[in-house]
Amino acid sequence: MTVAKRVIACLDIRAGKVVKSVRFVDTKDIGDAIEFARRYNDEGVDELLFLDINASHERRRTAVEFASRVADELFIPFTVGGGIASAEVAGEILRTGADKVAVNSGAVRDPSLITAIAERYGSQACVLSIDGKRSNGMFEVVVDGGRVATGRDAVAWAKEAVGRGAGEVLVNSIDRDGTKLGFDLEMTSAIADAVDVPVIASGGASSSDDFVTLFHETAADAGLAASIFHYRELTIPDVKSAIAAAGIRVRPSEAFVGGGRGRSPLR
Amino acid sequence: MIAIVDYGVGNLASVRKAFRAVGHDAELVRDTQRLREARALVLPGVGHFGHCSREFHRYELGPAVTDARRRGVPILGICVGMQLFFEGSEEAADAPGLGLLPGRVRKMRGVPRLPQIGWNEVQVTGSHPWLAAASGWYYFVHSYAAEPDADVTLGTVDYGGARTAIVGGDGILGVQFHPEKSGPAGLRLIRAWAEAVA
Repeated sequence: MTVAKRVIACLDIRAGKVVKSVRFVDTKDIGDAIEFARRYNDEGVDELLFLDINASHERRRTAVEFASRVADELFIPFTVGGGIASAEVAGEILRTGADKVAVNSGAVRDPSLITAIAERYGSQACVLSIDGKRSNGMFEVVVDGGRVATGRDAVAWAKEAVGRGAGEVLVNSIDRDGTKLGFDLEMTSAIADAVDVPVIASGGASSSDDFVTLFHETAADAGLAASIFHYRELTIPDVKSAIAAAGIRVRPSEAFVGGGRGRSPLR
Repeated sequence: MIAIVDYGVGNLASVRKAFRAVGHDAELVRDTQRLREARALVLPGVGHFGHCSREFHRYELGPAVTDARRRGVPILGICVGMQLFFEGSEEAADAPGLGLLPGRVRKMRGVPRLPQIGWNEVQVTGSHPWLAAASGWYYFVHSYAAEPDADVTLGTVDYGGARTAIVGGDGILGVQFHPEKSGPAGLRLIRAWAEAVA
């Protein structure tokens, strides 16, 4: 037996507001981030990811106060990412009650950032977030919210980062982000098969089946989605029911078990 | 006063906030005199055993905690805080634990991936007054697990085999998972403990 597969909701935030991002361009406010976080929590989401999507290219620090507000009322794991360029900033966020920080562009520029965070706060607190896209016959790492190509191979970068202490890898497919074509199984597999830490797939999910397919066809440990949950095109209990019905181990959310559906999805 | 032993490591804010959410104030305490005045202690911890052990001992908190244990002050250990109950860990051979419970902490072998990160189902296998209805799903983050010598295992989790998830004895309870991050199940466990030691 193994740990349950996780369903993660991502909230792209800017000053506490949730913004939707399709292919990392065009954002618009669709609500207060805390409200969304509360709703996902009530629905039984396994984990939350907050990305401050402007933080990276504006070089400003992620919203520590926001993380603290989340920790005041939600008692599930959450990760904060966006613009984290030093172990000090990571520490500030972790001390508020966040469980992990996700590093992306900052780690590409200075890989020792991963080591510094892992040494001080443990590997489990350091998620490497990779934005990757197909280019020149490989999966290429792009940075600064998907706008700047680096020429680096995403699989090699994931391996290097894990070697430096990253405890988890978030694989975000720029090719799939916002397309609703399903997770990027190829890129997720390439990375999940190359590292021995948990891998989270992100980008492209539009249905419960996309999650089932992800877990059947790749070694990913978690699937992440943003806009489909924001707009209620899909709910967390829908996704979890489908995953459980496919015979994959998943945590039943309490609201979900007690919500009149009649049976635990695991039994 | 419920004192959360503050040795500067990890999930202190989350643990405190979880107690507040279930209606109990818990204070972060580093001062050893104040620790001696506490009616119950929470020993948190996260990350590397060696780092936790070194920080814990750097603040010279060992005597206050072992003294509390001797006096029967209720103690709850969380994650690496629970691992510190034991004599030591394979993760850092030179870093001592507290020796409150017999056994050592060892790397989990034969597992699909390390660390185990995520939700897993705990089976309560022993009885303890603080553990009513504690079977359920909890959030785990760990690569190492306690291997107790004596019969102090009260709950297990299946991750490539049965791993120690809950340990304890009279006046002491330790959990490998993070109840402060385990949603309603975790908050129930924290509330049950806080009410029992109140």
